[in-house]
Amino acid sequence: MGSLWEYANPAAFARMVSKVLPLLSCAALACLAAGLVWGFFFTPDDYRQGATVKIIYLHVPAAMVAINAWLMMLAASLVWLIRRHHVSALAARAAAPVGLVMTLIGLATGAIWGQPMWGSWWEWDPRLTAFLILCLFYLGYIALWQAVEDPDTAADLTSVLCLVGSVFAILSRYAVNFWNQGLHQGASVMRVGAVTGSDTEEKVSNIFFAPLAVSMAGFVLLFLALVLLRTRTEIYRRRLRAIEARERMA
Amino acid sequence: MPDLGKYAGAVLSAYGVSLLLLAALVGVSLLSARRAGRALRDAEARRRDG
Amino acid sequence: MIALLRRDLRLAVRAGGGFGLALAFFLIVTILVPFALGPGTGRLAQVAPGILWIGALLACLLSLDRMLALDHEDGTLELLATAPLPLEGVILAKAGAHWLTTGLPLTLAAAPLGVLLNLAPGGYLWLCVSLLAGTPALSMIGAFGAALTVGMKRGGLLLSLLVLPLYVPTLIFGAEVARRGAEGLATGTPLMLLCALSLGVLAAMPFAGAAVLRINLR
Repeated sequence: MGSLWEYANPAAFARMVSKVLPLLSCAALACLAAGLVWGFFFTPDDYRQGATVKIIYLHVPAAMVAINAWLMMLAASLVWLIRRHHVSALAARAAAPVGLVMTLIGLATGAIWGQPMWGSWWEWDPRLTAFLILCLFYLGYIALWQAVEDPDTAADLTSVLCLVGSVFAILSRYAVNFWNQGLHQGASVMRVGAVTGSDTEEKVSNIFFAPLAVSMAGFVLLFLALVLLRTRTEIYRRRLRAIEARERMA
Repeated sequence: MPDLGKYAGAVLSAYGVSLLLLAALVGVSLLSARRAGRALRDAEARRRDG
Repeated sequence: MIALLRRDLRLAVRAGGGFGLALAFFLIVTILVPFALGPGTGRLAQVAPGILWIGALLACLLSLDRMLALDHEDGTLELLATAPLPLEGVILAKAGAHWLTTGLPLTLAAAPLGVLLNLAPGGYLWLCVSLLAGTPALSMIGAFGAALTVGMKRGGLLLSLLVLPLYVPTLIFGAEVARRGAEGLATGTPLMLLCALSLGVLAAMPFAGAAVLRINLR
């Protein structure tokens, strides 16, 4: 077993993916099914939100993955810019559509949840607005990948865009705080105070937390499986391109 | 089937939309993976034979 | 760098390109808004700062793609890349020329156009101050976007999509300053944040812009 950098070799990476993928996708499917079925059928309704609380098993994990997908793209972009490993750039490219879909799920379930709870589909609340901006960043990032012919140039340009975009995404997140505190409740799942029980703010109670944790694990595993699969697809495409180019030369 | 009360529409549509989006994403990923894999195998076979 | 700035300014004024276009667009937006919203004085005064900021931002966006595209087409950009002036300086000069031909005229035109929208009397000063502080950031971010998409087919559309989310913080702070000014509230905090944003962008963006320009010219 070598270091992590061994998988910078595309062939080694593709072999690893082929070995790991069945296991990973089975685990993702199992966790997702368990978390969602548990949440949907076997949890009580919230005393204030009624049955809509069941949306949490989709909304929170999707939103979490949407944000962390961008962080993963940022890390992969940095690795590409510094160490020039092609697999890293391709992984960033592969993660973007997954992140976009997760953002859309977060927005869609949020809108459906907000309609009965807040009385409107959409509010210009800081968290919601920040997610909309994240959605725009994903769209721009994907569009830039599509627009550039040369793969290395595309990887460089999108990496820089990812870095600059990260800075501006954080700026926007805190700039929208200016308007108001918003309707969206604060972070109520992952909070130090909530875990140690030291704060009195509302948090997700344990009945809802256990299936939510399983569902989050499912979403993360699904994200990993999809990114690995899509990265391998990109590697195959790149190799195919190289072979075709050589055939044309011959 | 649990009793969803008056929020049945909201909950079911949230699940429907999300699962649909996820299924589409997985489907597209699998399809393109299969297509790329087949095209690569063909190309490598061509190179060996030809 | 000064010579490059002068040259760009002369080209912009002589060709009548970006210079008139942005101003005309700004004028059209502010004149059309009352037709769409109706002439109610109170309502217009309420939205005036936001409308003026949106107009200025879109007018800026409109002239971005010609910032580098024309120089790329006739090969000037390749010459500039081999010139002793570092590309960071080129980006800065380009953004400066863009600001002088769009940002500054927009700032000056905003006050008279505010009259058309019944802007509150106290708001003129803060509107101009916020535009003066914010438009350099718009030009600089735009220069980064232009460098990112230079030489691409259908670059204009992509440029708008990429630059739009980057403009959000500037727009929020700028419009907040103008709104608070018009309503007679304290403007110190958002104004300071706006200035900090502009200065940060001016300091960091030339490097990012030059990096992507180098990649694109490779």
